[in-house]
Amino acid sequence: METSFRALITQIHGMLFGVFFLLAIFGVLVELCRSVYETRPPELTPAGHRLQRFYFVCTALLGWAAVLSGAYLVYPWYRAIPPLGVVNLAQFPQALLKSSAATAGWHNLGMEWKEHIAWFAPIAITMAAYVSIKYSSSIREHPQVRKAVLVFVIVALFAAGVAGYFGAEIDDHAPIQGGGTAIHWMGGSH
Amino acid sequence: MNPSPQQHEPIASVPAKPSLPNGPAAAAILSAGVGCFALSVVAVVADASKPVARFCTFYLPTGPLSGVTSTAIFLWLVTWFILARRWHNRTVAVAKVNAVAFLLLFLGVLLTFPLFADLLLGK
Repeated sequence: METSFRALITQIHGMLFGVFFLLAIFGVLVELCRSVYETRPPELTPAGHRLQRFYFVCTALLGWAAVLSGAYLVYPWYRAIPPLGVVNLAQFPQALLKSSAATAGWHNLGMEWKEHIAWFAPIAITMAAYVSIKYSSSIREHPQVRKAVLVFVIVALFAAGVAGYFGAEIDDHAPIQGGGTAIHWMGGSH
Repeated sequence: MNPSPQQHEPIASVPAKPSLPNGPAAAAILSAGVGCFALSVVAVVADASKPVARFCTFYLPTGPLSGVTSTAIFLWLVTWFILARRWHNRTVAVAKVNAVAFLLLFLGVLLTFPLFADLLLGK
C-alpha cells in the first residue's frame, strides 16, 4: 500500500482542504438560513461567541489553504510541459488530457474554469466571516447585509463545488503522479 | 391627587446599545464583488494577450495564474481598505451597494466560464 509524494499532496489539497471547505461553507449557509427565521437575537455565552468566531475563521483558512495549495503545489505538476520525444505522458496530466479529443474537454472546460472560479469561494467566505463576526448578534438589524452575505455564500458553495467536481474528474482521468520516493503506508504490503 | 415628584422622573433604563453602522459590512460586500470581477477580467485579458500573460507570470511553475490571482487579491484588499476607511462610521445605502456587488459577482462568474470567455474573445 503506497502512494507518491505528489499524489499525497494532491489528496491533502482536494480531500482535506477542499472537501472540508465545501462542508464548512454548507455549515455557514445553514447558519445564515437559520438566522433568517430567528424571532430573537441568539444569546450566546462568551465561549459560544469564541466557537462561532473559530468556525468562521477556520472556514476561511481552509478556503485559502485549498486554493493556495492547488495553485502553488499541485497546479505546477499538472501543467508541466513534457520534454521533446516523451511518449509516456503519465507524469504530465495537462498534456495527457489534451492529447486525446475524448479527454481534452476536462482541461479546456474543467481546469480552465476551476482554476479561476475556485478563488471566488475564499474571497466570498472571508467577507462572510468578517461580517458574521463583526455583526455577530446584530445581523438581524441589517437584513440587506444578511441577504448579501447569503448570496455570496451560495456563490462560494457553487464555486467550491465546481472546483471540487472538476478537480476529482481531472484527477480521475489524468492523476498527478510521481515526485520521487513512494510513500509506504503499511510496510508489509507490497 | 398630584403625582409625586418621583413619578415625573424618568424610569431608569438600560441605555440602548448603539447599533453598528452598516458601512463596514457594505465595504466588505462591495470589495468582495470587486475582487471576484477583477479576477475574471484579468484572467480574460491574460488569456487574450501574450504580453499580459507574461507580465502575470509572477511564479513560473504556476504561470499566468499566479499573477492573475495575486493582482485580483491585491485589488480586492486595497478596495476593501479604502472603502472601510471611508465608510467605517457611516450608514450607507446597502441596497444599492448590494446591487452593484451582485452585478460584479454575476459578471465575474460569467467571465470565468471558458465558453463565454472564448465567445467574447472570438476564439
